[in-house]
Amino acid sequence: MSRSTTEPHLPGLRQPAASNDGLDAPFWEGAQAHELRVQQCLDCGLHQWGPEWMCHQCNSMEIDWVTIDPVGQIYSWQRPHHPVHRALSDRGPYIIVLVELPHASNIRMVGNLLGDPMQDIEIGAPVSVVFEDREGDPDFTLVQWEASPAN
Amino acid sequence: MSDDYNLRGKVAVVGVGETTYYKHGQSTDPEFVLVLKAILAACEDAGISPKEIDGFCSYSNDRNDPPRLANALGIPELRYSNMQWTSGGGGAAAAVQNAAGAIVAGSANVVVAYRGLAQGQFGRFGRSGGSRPVSGPAAYTLPYGMMSAAQMYAMRTTRFMHEHGVGRSSMRAIAMACYHHAQNNPRAVMHGRTLDEETYDSSRWITEPYRLFDCCLENDGAAAIIVTRTDRAKDLAKAPALVLAAQQSGGHRSGATAENATDYVTSSFKPAVKYLYQQAGITADDIDVVQSYENFTGGVVMSLIEHGLCTYENADEVLTFDNLRADGGALPLNTSGGNLAECYMHGLGLQVEAVRQVRGESSNQVPDAKVALANAGPMVAVASTAIYGTEETLG
Repeated sequence: MSRSTTEPHLPGLRQPAASNDGLDAPFWEGAQAHELRVQQCLDCGLHQWGPEWMCHQCNSMEIDWVTIDPVGQIYSWQRPHHPVHRALSDRGPYIIVLVELPHASNIRMVGNLLGDPMQDIEIGAPVSVVFEDREGDPDFTLVQWEASPAN
Repeated sequence: MSDDYNLRGKVAVVGVGETTYYKHGQSTDPEFVLVLKAILAACEDAGISPKEIDGFCSYSNDRNDPPRLANALGIPELRYSNMQWTSGGGGAAAAVQNAAGAIVAGSANVVVAYRGLAQGQFGRFGRSGGSRPVSGPAAYTLPYGMMSAAQMYAMRTTRFMHEHGVGRSSMRAIAMACYHHAQNNPRAVMHGRTLDEETYDSSRWITEPYRLFDCCLENDGAAAIIVTRTDRAKDLAKAPALVLAAQQSGGHRSGATAENATDYVTSSFKPAVKYLYQQAGITADDIDVVQSYENFTGGVVMSLIEHGLCTYENADEVLTFDNLRADGGALPLNTSGGNLAECYMHGLGLQVEAVRQVRGESSNQVPDAKVALANAGPMVAVASTAIYGTEETLG
């Protein structure tokens, strides 16, 4: 359901690092293992993203990380043209999508929609994850998205 | 609402002050000096000595802290300081609210709400740099090229346009109304720069769905608002602008990271509006003139709908250039030019302009304006909104 690439989509931007309190380390470790991991409450079953120390539904602090199907639907999108960072100066337009994951309590995730930057984008369209493996200090993996057959 | 627990009319704005508004990075004064100048101007406007100030309220982590300001001004008693936490300029009306609350509670007598920005000294909002790793919530967006304010709010507007089928013509009309009003306002950075439909339509994309003219300016300057008890206001220089209502507005998980706010398609004003009108004892129909914070025009459309000034169904019919003009429009909007064309003072200029309207002092005066609404910060985690009125509005 997912694939991976080593081609950097937006090279030169700041690389992600796990927060120093360890809260989101399982997400970034999962991405490097090509698994999409998010939090799930052990008491009420709610998924949440971004991660929190507490379940926002039942206030339990018994939260686990689970691997979920790396698919979703486009909830919204934008196409930046104006470069706000020097690494984007000669990049041209690119697409940022907000992807909703109905099978994981409708959490939403932000990423790029790979492929033609001027492609038509349809809200509700199915997308699947592309794990973008990047060299860095240390190496890291981004969770990207591409159009997919209905899932 | 019990009158004992309602600030309606108990507190008034008695003075407003602004520095020259500069294009970003062009102030020759440091930011702290700009804030001092705005406070002095507001005190002069009120006919009140700066030494009488005993409280300070600001927002957006303003760098010019009350102890330093009090030291510089030689204030004898610093009794109250307050910082409104939210993103963007969502705290502009809340700063006035917090000042009003302090006065009603007897915590202070004369409170100044203020904001200063000097981007030459401290850097711009709309540029992002650096190469260090990023962690926490920003790590879920920034590596994907989502880091500027326009990018943080564009996707809400896309979804809003998708769900409700409205927006583009309204967004253009809002931008044109702001530029129209700036032409009569000598303080406006865009004084002398007009905007027509063709120029809007042909302007470059910043990030779809926002064109250049959908986006606020970035500026240097400062603004200040002096708030005190209404009974004290009677002895001062000008007619008071009563604070009829002021509310903060955060919803269920409106501050959730990675765009996970429960209600995504919102300007963030839904929680506040029912309290706002109840507190003021009026309805949306009683509003004579509106100052609605434009970080981006799409947020203004949502804000006006959520304040009950138009509906999802009729927004594109109501929000036309002719309707939004001070000279004859049914819903005069952003009569100073607002954040798009007067100055981006993180929205405090919109609160100042609402005061001017109820005083009859605007450069685009709405005839007989008695009640003015001024909101702050659409689409942010915590927005805020206020209503000002003339003394006769208390009835």
